[in-house]
Amino acid sequence: MRIALLAAAGLLAAALGSTSLRAEDGHAPNPPREKWSFAGMFGRFDQAQLQRGFQVYKEVCANCHSMRLVAFRNLAEAGGPGFSAAQVKALAETYSVKELDDSGSEKERAARPADRFPPPFPNDKAAAAANGGKAPPDFSVLAKARTYERGFPWFVFDALPFTGYSEQGVDYIHALLTGYEDAPKGFEMPGSGYYNKYYPGHVIAMPNPLSEGQITYPKNDKGEPVVPETVEQYSHDVAAFMAWAAEPHMMARKALGLRVILFLIVLAGLLYYVKKQIWKKVGGEVHGLQPELHKTY
Amino acid sequence: MSSAHATSTYVPKSHIAKWFESRLPLVGLVHSSFVAFPVPRNLNYFYTFGAILIAFLGIQIITGVWLAMHYDPSAANAFESVEHIMRDVNYGWLLRYAHANGASMFFVAVYVHIFRNLYYGSYKAPREVLYLLGVIIYLLMMATAFLGYTLPWGQMSFWGATVITNILAAIPVVGDTIQSLLWGGYSVGNPTVNRFFSLHFLLPWMIAGVVVLHVWALHVTGQNNPAGIPIKSSKDAVPFTPYATIKDVFAVVVFMILFAWFIFYQPNYLGHADNYVPANPSVTPAHIVPEWYFLPFYAILRAVPDKLGGVVLMFGAVLILAFAPWLDTSRVRSCNYRPVYRIFFWVFTANAIILGWLGAKPPEGGYVIASQICTAYYFAHFLIVMPLVGLFETPDRLPGSILETVTGPGKQLSGSGMPAGAAAEPAKRA
Repeated sequence: MRIALLAAAGLLAAALGSTSLRAEDGHAPNPPREKWSFAGMFGRFDQAQLQRGFQVYKEVCANCHSMRLVAFRNLAEAGGPGFSAAQVKALAETYSVKELDDSGSEKERAARPADRFPPPFPNDKAAAAANGGKAPPDFSVLAKARTYERGFPWFVFDALPFTGYSEQGVDYIHALLTGYEDAPKGFEMPGSGYYNKYYPGHVIAMPNPLSEGQITYPKNDKGEPVVPETVEQYSHDVAAFMAWAAEPHMMARKALGLRVILFLIVLAGLLYYVKKQIWKKVGGEVHGLQPELHKTY
Repeated sequence: MSSAHATSTYVPKSHIAKWFESRLPLVGLVHSSFVAFPVPRNLNYFYTFGAILIAFLGIQIITGVWLAMHYDPSAANAFESVEHIMRDVNYGWLLRYAHANGASMFFVAVYVHIFRNLYYGSYKAPREVLYLLGVIIYLLMMATAFLGYTLPWGQMSFWGATVITNILAAIPVVGDTIQSLLWGGYSVGNPTVNRFFSLHFLLPWMIAGVVVLHVWALHVTGQNNPAGIPIKSSKDAVPFTPYATIKDVFAVVVFMILFAWFIFYQPNYLGHADNYVPANPSVTPAHIVPEWYFLPFYAILRAVPDKLGGVVLMFGAVLILAFAPWLDTSRVRSCNYRPVYRIFFWVFTANAIILGWLGAKPPEGGYVIASQICTAYYFAHFLIVMPLVGLFETPDRLPGSILETVTGPGKQLSGSGMPAGAAAEPAKRA
């Protein structure tokens, strides 16, 4: 029997060992982990950052990227960038949307807060044709649609309280936006595309969208920008904005979660006490597998 | 009727209760199954997962029915209707995250339930039918979960559906017909979402039906327990209510904390980022990976270079569970008294976890070789280890009674609250 056990253990060891035979497949490096105000159990969106991020989206990204699932009214809803209803109404009026009038012909009208952001191209084919054959991805859930592999054992810690990590998507977006550089020597660039350190395969169709000082941020009393007008800052802000766009109820979710979990812990404690009282009547109970307990007789 | 009914001590008191009970003894049935039913007093927390599973079946059905009110099962609108639920429906994000993570928690609970069953030999006589009904529930759960994962119509939904329906086509003779029936056309498309939604709504009710049979069979044979020996006297048992009821409720609430953690703080941890990209038939994701609970079987599927062979082994890996009662030759049920098989049980468990890890890796190089070794061991456990260890192993001495495992031999405990004779195993009764 000992031989059989050794054989079984050997098989498993061989199974694990053989995985190291796998060839390296030249993955892009993992994005650096950034600090986000909305990370963790008590994370909250920074309203000013979301407003700046929206400014970056509006002035730069929105030229090519749609955001079909987000409505203007969302910008004024709780847990978001916190624009006022009047600001949102004024903003919506700067956009125009198409609709059919009573005679059945298409006409344009000013957008209302209830309308969703109109896409920059009339349809996907037009978007693809204008962007080298592939439509730029929609922004609505993009922050949740991107990630990178963390690998063992990190993925275990990512699920736990205090070491939890669910910002892979925004970290990747931030890394991508700041990851444009010259192709290293010996890297053969195809005819079109740009080198990006963090893009899988390194050749990305999107040209570097951000440059230093490109966007004018709000000023403080002294007439200086509230935050630096750098690519690093723009990229942080727009990634945070995308996190909100992908998960507009995140703050409500985390706040409710805290109350639900505290309630469940208190309830579990009370139930445990009741259970102990009830089982006392028959002299208690045994727990766990306890093979050793059973073996003593 | 069932012998569970025979244990009923329910006596209707009011006039209307007497009137009803003499026409349909429903209250008596519930009373005998969930109040007076004798439960071995040595059950540990691994035995609360049945109650946890029933709670999750309820949660999935309730959240699912509500989601169905807002969901649009069409290729054009499915993705957007899910986002509509997430953004515009009041607490829609809660419903959807509860339903998606509820499926994962359902599988966490069912795997604990299955491995508890394997450890304590609960599948062995006289509980074979109870066990087979459990295997059927597990199969139905897998089908339901697969169908449900296709509904958001993201990239992983679409390509998961494509991979699974394609492997069904490998079944000889009827494969192509099954595939066309599932597709509703010549590829995965709009009719596929329609019928997957319909089937996803149907299967949980079938699960609920088989669960009723599963509970019925349980109450005929009585519960197995960590000692693996039958209830011999009323002192070995306690009545289901309040003892098992309060323990189950406590365990369900503790498990809900884990569930709530995922809903509120890691809602997308167990999913795939690719499923937030709308389905696109012309772009294949870099890695098509099923949900975590299918990964061991996915590793087995890909371990075989031949398509049909892979399909046979993958389904075989689930179906072989059904033969466990007859492959296990040991006369002792519980691994607590099986010093050799107990080690093999943990090796099997480790092997299953490694298979799951391999299922998430790309099918290349060493991962394929490792999957092949682990697949071979998976089947060897059932076909070689189970029969042989049972024949050659010398089990430890079994305790004289369940009570003895709680108190030690010869000592006494206060009464169980069971009426004398009510707790004997059915075979011994009458």
